[in-house]
Amino acid sequence: MNARYLPYVMILPVTLFLCVFFIYPFVLVAQQAFSVDGSWSLANFQEVVGYWKFPISMKNTLLLALAVVPVQVILALTMATMVTKMKTGRDIVLYIWTIPLGISDLAAGIIWLAIFEQSGFLNSMMHGLGMVDRPVNFLTYQNPGIVFLAIALAEIWRATAIMLVILVAGMGLIPKEYYEAAEVFGASPWKRFLRITLPMLRPSLQTALILRVILAFEIFAVVQALGGTLFPVLMGSVYEYQFDLLNSGAAAAIALIILVISIGFTLLILRALRVPKGATI
Amino acid sequence: MAEILIKNVAKRFGTYQALQDINLTISDQEFMVLLGASGCGKSTLLRIIAGLETATEGEVWIGGRRIDHLAPKDRGISMVFQNYAVFPHLTVFENIGFGLRMQKLPQADVERRVARTAELMQIGELLKRYSGELSGGQRQRVAVARALAMEPDVILMDEPLSNLDALLRLEMRAELKGVLAESSTTAIYVTHDQVEAMSLADRISVMHEGRIAQAATPVEVYRNPAERFIASFIGNPPMNFIDATPAGDGKWTVAGQVFDGPATEKGKLEFAIRPEDVRGAEQGLSLNVRVVEPLGAHLLVTGAVDGHLFRAVLDSDLVVNRGDVLTLAPLPDRVRWFDPDTTLAVN
Amino acid sequence: MSDVAAQTPRDTRSAGRFLYVAGVVFLVAWVLVPLYFLLINTLSSPDAVNSFPKSFIPEFDMGSLQFFAGFEGMLGALWNSAVVAAITMVISITISAPAGYALSRFHFPGKYLFRLLILLTRAFPLPLLALPLAVMFIRTGLDDTVFGLALVHTTLAIPFAVLITYSLFSGIPMELEEAAWTLGCTRVTAFTKVILPLILPGIAASAIFAFVISWNEVFAAAVLTIENRTLTAFLLQNLDTSPLHLKFAGGFILVVPALIFIFAVRKYLFAMWGIANR
Repeated sequence: MNARYLPYVMILPVTLFLCVFFIYPFVLVAQQAFSVDGSWSLANFQEVVGYWKFPISMKNTLLLALAVVPVQVILALTMATMVTKMKTGRDIVLYIWTIPLGISDLAAGIIWLAIFEQSGFLNSMMHGLGMVDRPVNFLTYQNPGIVFLAIALAEIWRATAIMLVILVAGMGLIPKEYYEAAEVFGASPWKRFLRITLPMLRPSLQTALILRVILAFEIFAVVQALGGTLFPVLMGSVYEYQFDLLNSGAAAAIALIILVISIGFTLLILRALRVPKGATI
Repeated sequence: MAEILIKNVAKRFGTYQALQDINLTISDQEFMVLLGASGCGKSTLLRIIAGLETATEGEVWIGGRRIDHLAPKDRGISMVFQNYAVFPHLTVFENIGFGLRMQKLPQADVERRVARTAELMQIGELLKRYSGELSGGQRQRVAVARALAMEPDVILMDEPLSNLDALLRLEMRAELKGVLAESSTTAIYVTHDQVEAMSLADRISVMHEGRIAQAATPVEVYRNPAERFIASFIGNPPMNFIDATPAGDGKWTVAGQVFDGPATEKGKLEFAIRPEDVRGAEQGLSLNVRVVEPLGAHLLVTGAVDGHLFRAVLDSDLVVNRGDVLTLAPLPDRVRWFDPDTTLAVN
Repeated sequence: MSDVAAQTPRDTRSAGRFLYVAGVVFLVAWVLVPLYFLLINTLSSPDAVNSFPKSFIPEFDMGSLQFFAGFEGMLGALWNSAVVAAITMVISITISAPAGYALSRFHFPGKYLFRLLILLTRAFPLPLLALPLAVMFIRTGLDDTVFGLALVHTTLAIPFAVLITYSLFSGIPMELEEAAWTLGCTRVTAFTKVILPLILPGIAASAIFAFVISWNEVFAAAVLTIENRTLTAFLLQNLDTSPLHLKFAGGFILVVPALIFIFAVRKYLFAMWGIANR
C-alpha cells in the first residue's frame, strides 16, 4: 500500500466512529434544542431559563466549580511536589493518592454518604466526643451549607487524583538542571517552585484545569447520592427533563448551555495559561 | 557486483529542498563517505538509498537493478543506525539472527552465521544478554554484527560512531575499517566528522545545502578542494583566505607580495593556503600574532595578514609571542585560488 | 558564618521535615479513611449499618453483601457493567491504537485537524450525547442493549485511548522499526515482531483505563438502559428507595475493580500522561 495513504487508513475507523457517535448526535442535540414541533424556535431555551429552578442550578454548579477546582489545584500541586521530594515509599504513596482516579462519582458520593448520613461516621464521632446527644441529620434542606460542603469534599476527594497524575507527569519532564542552576543563583525552595516549577508546568496545568473544569460542570452522580433534589445542578436538570418531564427539547437546551459554558472556560484557561511560542522545554 | 547508481535524485519536504539533482556512482566494494554539516542532506540521501525515505525525483540502482520503488527489505541492503536500534526485547543472539530468521534460513545456518559474525565483532560471549545489559560500545558491535550477518550487497551506516566516547570511537573506527575491508560489501557511511571520513573512506562526497560539492579521494578533497566552502570546512584548522588583485601576466598581488597564479581575466581572486603549508622566511606574508596555542606536536599561531584572519601551524620549538610579526612564505605548489563570485576553484 | 546562623537552618529544616511527613501522612489518610468507612459498612450486617452510633471496626458479617447479591436484578446489573466495560475496552483499543500509531509516526495533511477532533471529544460533556443517541438507538434496535451503551462509552474512552497509545508509540524509537525494515520485515511484520512485544504492557494498561471509564460511567448508562441496567445505573435509579446497606455494598462492589486496576496500571499512569498532555 502507498505509504502516503496509510495514515488516513489508520485514522479512518476512529474518525468514522466519532462522526457517527459524536458529531452526528451533537448536530441532533443542537437541532432538538432549537426546534419545537419541527420548526425553528428559541422556546426551549426560554422555557428552561425561565423555570424557577434554573438560576439555582446554575448558581450551584458554578459555585461548586469555583469552590472545588482551586482547592484541587493547590492540593494536587502540593501532593506532586511532595512526591518529587520523596525518597522512600514513593510508589506506595503515589498508588494510594491515585486510587480515587478509578472510583466513579457515584461510588464517591456513596462513600461520603457513609460519613455524612444520619447514622454515619461523622455523627458517631461527634457522639463519641460528646459533642451531640442524638445524631443530627446533616443532609436536609435546613443545612444547605453542609450539603454543599459534603458534595464539595466528595468531589475534591475523588477528582484531585487526575490532576495529580497530570502534574506529576509534567514535573517529570522538567529538566533537573534548571533547579540546580536556580539553586546556584541563590533561589530558595519556594522561589524555585514559583519561578521554575509553575511556569514550566503551564502545559500540564492547562490540560489538568481544562479536564477538571469541564468535568466540574458535568457534576451529577455525587450530587444525586448526597443531596438528591436538595441541591439542583445543571446536569441533574437534564436528567429530570429527559425522564421525569419527558421533554427532550428542554433537556437538549440545557445540554447546549452546559456545552457553551464548558467551551467558554476552556478558551479562558487556554488564554490565561498560554505558553509563548518557542518557550517550551 | 553491487555498484550503486544515483541518478538525478531530488527530495523536497513541502517547500524545503532537502536534496537537489544528486548524481553519484559508487563502485563495487568501495567505501564511500557522505560528509557534511548537519542539515546538508547526507542522512536524507542515505535514507533514500535504504528505502526509509522516498525521493521526490530520480532513480537509485544497485547492482544493475532499479530499486527506488522497492521496500527496504527487497533492496539487498542492511543498515547501522546512529542509536544502534538494538531490539530491547531480544537477546544479542536473536538480534544478530533477526534478519536471517526473516529470510527463513534453517536454524543451523542461523546459528552458524550468528556465531561467526559475533566472533568477528568480538561479542561471542555476550550472545545471551539483552540490550539493557550492554555498554554503548557493545551495543554498537551488536548493531554492526546484525548488519554484517545479513551478508548484504550494500551496508549503510548513519553516523554509527557519533554516540561513543572519543577513545572508543578511535578503536571502533579502525576495527570497522578492518572488518569491512575483509568483507566484500559496498559501504556508504554518513558522518559530520572529517577525521572519521578521511580515515575510513576510499572516496568522500562532501555535501552542502542539498547537493554534492565534491566527490573524490580524501587526499584530493584535502589538497584540491573544488569549492571555497570545502576549503573552509575540511582541515583543522581550515585553509586561510586572502584577497588577491591582478598584477598582470598571470601574477597576483596578495598582501603586498606578488605570486604566480592562474592566467584569467578576473579582476579579483582569493588566495588560499593551508596553515601547515607556510614556512618562516626572509620574505613573504607578514602575520601579526594575536594568539599562540602550543598543541604539543606543533604550535598554532593565529593573527592577521593584511586584515584577513590567518592561522599558521608551526614547529613547536619556535618561540613566538603575542604581538610578534612573523614573515611566512607559502609553499608554492600548495597555493590554491578561488573565484569570489562563483566560489569555485580556479586553476 | 556565626553559630546562630549555623543552627537556625537545622531547626527550620527538622521542623520542615516534620511538617512534610505530617502532610504526607494526613493526605494518605484523607484518601484511605473514607474508603475504610465504606469497608466497615460493607462488612457489617444490615442492622449494624443502620444502627447508631457506628463501630469503627468492621464486624466481618457478610449480611450486607448477601442482601446485595440477593437483591432483585442486582447480579444482572453487575454482569451488564462488566460486559459493557469489556466491549468498550476491546472496541476503543482496536480502533484507537492505529490512530495513535499514525499520529506518532506520520506527518500528514489534516493531522492537526484530527488532533483537534480528538481534543474536542475530550473537552465535550459527552454523556449529554446519550440524549439524541437514545432516539437513534430506538430506530436501529440498539436501544436498551449493552452493545449500544458500549458504543457510547467507547466515544468517551477514545480520546484517552488515542492520546495514550500515541504517547506509547512515540516512546518507541522510529529507528527500531526502520532497523526491522532493513532486516527483511514488511511494515506488518516489523509491527508484530518489534513494536507489539514492546508496547503490549502499555496497551494493556490503556485498555484497563478504558474499562474503568466505562465501568464508572453513570449518566449515559442511566439514560440508555431500562431493562438491562448497568450497576451504576441501577444504583442511581434506586438511590431514593434502596436501604443504606444496599447502597454501601453496591458502592463497595463499584470500588473494588478500581483498586485492582489502578494497581495494575500504576507504572504506566504517569508515563502515559507525560506525553499525552502536549
